[in-house]
Amino acid sequence: MASPAQMEEYWRKTRNLLVTTLVLWFVFGFVIHAFAKVLNQITFLGFPLGFYMAAQGSLIAFVLIIFWYAHRQNRIDQEFGVAED
Amino acid sequence: MQQQRDAFVANLGKIYGIYTGGFLAFVIFLAILEQLGVPNYILGYLFVFLTLAVYAGIGILSRTTQISEYYVAGRRVPAVYNGMATAADWMSAASFIGMAGSLYLLGYDGLAFVLGWTGGYVLVATLIAPYLRKFGAYTVPDFLAARYGGNFARLIGVIILFSCSMVYLMGQLKGTGVIASRLLGIPVEYGVFVGLVGILVCSMLGGMRAVTWTQVAQYIVLIVAYLIPVTILSAQRTGVPVPQIMYGQVLQRITELETQYGITKHHVAPFVNEDPLNFFALVLCLMIGTAALPHVIMRFFTTPSVREARTSVGWALFFIFLLYFTAPAYAAFAKLEIFENVIGKAVDSLESIQQLPAWVFIYGKVGLVTICGQKAVDPQTVLQACQQAGITALAFDPKVFSIDRDVVVISMPEVAGLPYVIAGLVAAGGLAAALSTADGLLLAMANALSHDIYYKMIDPSASTARRLVVARGLLFFVAALAAYLTITAPAHILAYVSWAFSLAAAGLFPALVLGVMWKNANTPGAIAGMIGGFGVTLFYIVATNTGWMQPWFGVRNISAALFGLPVSFILTWAVSKMTTPPPREIQEFVEQLRIPRGPVLMEEARREG
Repeated sequence: MASPAQMEEYWRKTRNLLVTTLVLWFVFGFVIHAFAKVLNQITFLGFPLGFYMAAQGSLIAFVLIIFWYAHRQNRIDQEFGVAED
Repeated sequence: MQQQRDAFVANLGKIYGIYTGGFLAFVIFLAILEQLGVPNYILGYLFVFLTLAVYAGIGILSRTTQISEYYVAGRRVPAVYNGMATAADWMSAASFIGMAGSLYLLGYDGLAFVLGWTGGYVLVATLIAPYLRKFGAYTVPDFLAARYGGNFARLIGVIILFSCSMVYLMGQLKGTGVIASRLLGIPVEYGVFVGLVGILVCSMLGGMRAVTWTQVAQYIVLIVAYLIPVTILSAQRTGVPVPQIMYGQVLQRITELETQYGITKHHVAPFVNEDPLNFFALVLCLMIGTAALPHVIMRFFTTPSVREARTSVGWALFFIFLLYFTAPAYAAFAKLEIFENVIGKAVDSLESIQQLPAWVFIYGKVGLVTICGQKAVDPQTVLQACQQAGITALAFDPKVFSIDRDVVVISMPEVAGLPYVIAGLVAAGGLAAALSTADGLLLAMANALSHDIYYKMIDPSASTARRLVVARGLLFFVAALAAYLTITAPAHILAYVSWAFSLAAAGLFPALVLGVMWKNANTPGAIAGMIGGFGVTLFYIVATNTGWMQPWFGVRNISAALFGLPVSFILTWAVSKMTTPPPREIQEFVEQLRIPRGPVLMEEARREG
């Protein structure tokens, strides 16, 4: 088991990753859709971009965000020796 | 037994590969029967009873006498398969049949459901699943009890769990009833009974273990059934069998036709049916509700490790995504069909009415399509109704032409001119979606009764055998109660399902998240937060729904958690600050929760290994 100082550092890194992930979640869940009207003037794959982001773009982003988060968190766990065997 | 089981897990790919092949062969076999002239109702019976028999077979093969198998499938479900099971658990009859219809009706604004029901998984992955998996809970109230010192927090958790899951379960039972009744030509009440039997056989003997492997099987059926019709239609209409990409062109055509017909509320235009406040409030409440609904959270108790719990959330969302990113394509193709072949057509003579597409009358007969205010039973009825209303041509106006939202998905086989077997396939998919969600909900509620109420609060010395008997008895009791309520409840009860998300969000989310993220959250704080958040949400729903109170800031009560959530967070924080911080053991407990390494924390689970 690691020292308390190391554990604090572990939790700090974990929390930073968490905050980054939640910022990305907020951007793809809310922020870009607030600009849907503007984005709709751009065409992407034949779609108005604002519609595309709400119908597909953000969904793809959510899937990628979760896998990215899981990967990063595993790396942090390994770095501090708290990963499962 | 152990070795047998490990061999099963090692061969999952092969087993479900054969199963998928077998299912496709079964569909082809039915298609051949149809060509040979076997009547439709027999095909309907074969679809319902053979799929039910397969699910039941899996349920019986997965029977168990071990507590940890019954409650958490022995924690041996690999991430990918748990993802599939979660996707089936998550996607209900409403997702499968209703969502594309909502998108058809609301256009862009309906995408709030698509966003809300997917984005929540980011919260599940980061805030909920890994920590509750590390704790090793059997149920969500288990965690509340351990973190917030005792059975009072547990009891409140059980009450919230029950109130958001029961209406939801009734919705699924109703869904199975409607689908079974259409396929078998029996009254909806009997259909509910068919669904009930299907659910009980799947879950009763094997608990979570049986439900897990049945849900994987049900996911395969539902995703195949959802993708096939619209893929064929896309190939027919655009030449490319990728509806998810090709409907971009369809949207352009829809916009042109909208302009031509003088429709100002464009399908792709944001915030025309819904103001931005309500749109984003709904997205938020659905997302947080996703991360707080016990039947979803408990699926992540079954993975072999914390690491797999995290990736499993990613897989779950991927499998959900496959359906959700197809739903808007259904809506677009349906709208194009209606714009091109229905709207603008003359209805002032029998000949012109007879030229309307056949599906209009097929679904008009069952009351799902209305023209000129009357069910479109046959051309004669339509002619009379429109003559009376003084309408000569169909316009895009619900008073002149309207479809039930279910029609968008279920009529797709007829719209594409496909044989009946595909319509049967779609119904089997809808049945799988409803049954799999019902399984999960039923298990969440029955486990809360048998584990939290009976074992933890009434008889902690009960033997394993006795606990399993009680668990199965309560499962039967909850299922029978839900079926009884479904049959006797008023029709509009289904509208209540969407409130489950707000109730779960405001009642459970703050207590779960702060329990991990904030060591100083204590028992009085959490209890105040849960009761306050749940209470405010429930009050807002009831007060605005009965018309006793005007909505605050015009926020519809489907997003009631917009008020309940902050109340819950603030109460938990303020009351925790004002009272004594939790004892040293609890703070150490939280530290243990935060690291994946080490044994699960729940005492009993540790004992059982």
